[in-house]
Amino acid sequence: MRRKNLNVDAPVLIKDAAKLLPNPSRRLFLRGGASLGALTLLTGCDIVDGPTSERALRVISEFNDWVQARLFNPNRLAQTYAESAITRPFRFNGYYDESEAPDVDEDTYRLQLDGLIDKKQAWTLDQLYALPQETQITRLICVEGWSAIGKWTGVPLGDFLRRIGADLTAKYVHFACAEGYSVSIDMPTALHPQTQMAFKFDGETLPTKFGFPMRIRIPTKLGFKNPKHVVGMAVLNNYTGGYWEDKGYNWFSGL
Amino acid sequence: MGDVTTINQSAAKAAKEELVHPLYVRITHWINALAILIMIGSGWQIYNASPLFPFSFPPSVTLGGWLAGGIMWHLAGMWVLVINGIVYLTLGLATGRFQRKLMPIWPRDIGRDLAAAVTGRLSYKDPSRYNAVQKLLYAGILLTGVVIVLSGLAMWKPVQLWELTLLFGGYEGARLVHFFAMSAIVLFLIIHIIMALLVPKSLRAMVKGQ
Repeated sequence: MRRKNLNVDAPVLIKDAAKLLPNPSRRLFLRGGASLGALTLLTGCDIVDGPTSERALRVISEFNDWVQARLFNPNRLAQTYAESAITRPFRFNGYYDESEAPDVDEDTYRLQLDGLIDKKQAWTLDQLYALPQETQITRLICVEGWSAIGKWTGVPLGDFLRRIGADLTAKYVHFACAEGYSVSIDMPTALHPQTQMAFKFDGETLPTKFGFPMRIRIPTKLGFKNPKHVVGMAVLNNYTGGYWEDKGYNWFSGL
Repeated sequence: MGDVTTINQSAAKAAKEELVHPLYVRITHWINALAILIMIGSGWQIYNASPLFPFSFPPSVTLGGWLAGGIMWHLAGMWVLVINGIVYLTLGLATGRFQRKLMPIWPRDIGRDLAAAVTGRLSYKDPSRYNAVQKLLYAGILLTGVVIVLSGLAMWKPVQLWELTLLFGGYEGARLVHFFAMSAIVLFLIIHIIMALLVPKSLRAMVKGQ
């Protein structure tokens, strides 16, 4: 949101990564929602959109996380497409306006590492660019329902995690973004062969609107689980949620 | 005394045989009714986040407050709908009820009964026997129910269940099928509810069994 050059330091990242379950006051996202829905006629509004129903829905959403983790096949690849199938122009989407996408300074950029990782020294962009990269054309499916096919080029995240000596038995990988967004994913998805640290979009350096300098591209998860402008990565065993997940989106959100 | 017991027993037996809807049908029907309302209300909420067509559903008839709430309701209601649906379909097939009640459906009978219904000459005296139009609608809605669940699964898991998604012509195809299946269900519901109100004993049968 803030349009400035960002230089995220480690303590901030630790604080962010160590964040536990969301503040209880944030849980009541359904309260105050304008709609009562057709069910109101049958059951009364407290059951429909009050705190009781929201707690129950959160429990079921966590159950759905569990189901999806079991349904996830680490060897199953998302469909890839031909160049001709690419959606152009590709849609911008974010919780901020396109003009508010953060400008990250490539010279001062450092990818900070934290948590259960052996080699925690920060990485510069040149160091990251020097790693072997792969290109894939996949469909991005937004939580809103629309989808678009794009081409991303980058380093398989699993390769990077092995290279930095991450504890691959840890439960989560947490990502912190330049403008304050955060997201966490399960380790099996982090190690999926198509999950990548993307540095290019459609053959060009990742433009600001699509997450310069680095986006985590995960073709096996909904779009909001694909963080842009990533400046920090932590391997953890404690659940850290995420920007949208804390507001109510399902955490696993696997495809 | 012996005679009275026998008479009572046979009366009870006769009443049981006269049941239009056995208990399992009535229970699963009303659970399904609740699940369908949840799925439609929350589905419309999700639709509104990125409308497929140039219209949105009025927020007052959607469920969940905003997209996240809509998805939560939808993926919770999903379990109720699917588990209840499996129980209903299994018992309906195992007891032979579907075959008995819904088969056969002859095109000629549909034409005849539809004409009779439109001109107000169709008899609804015996709610235990369906006319050809009812048979067609009920068999059709069962099939639509299967299609909407499968297309929903195809949208939810287009990678893990990619074969299923392929069957619907990919993710965007599944999205369209899901929408049109919803439209068919809403259309069915309108007819279904109007008919239940026009023929109150059919509604009573779904509550009391006869």
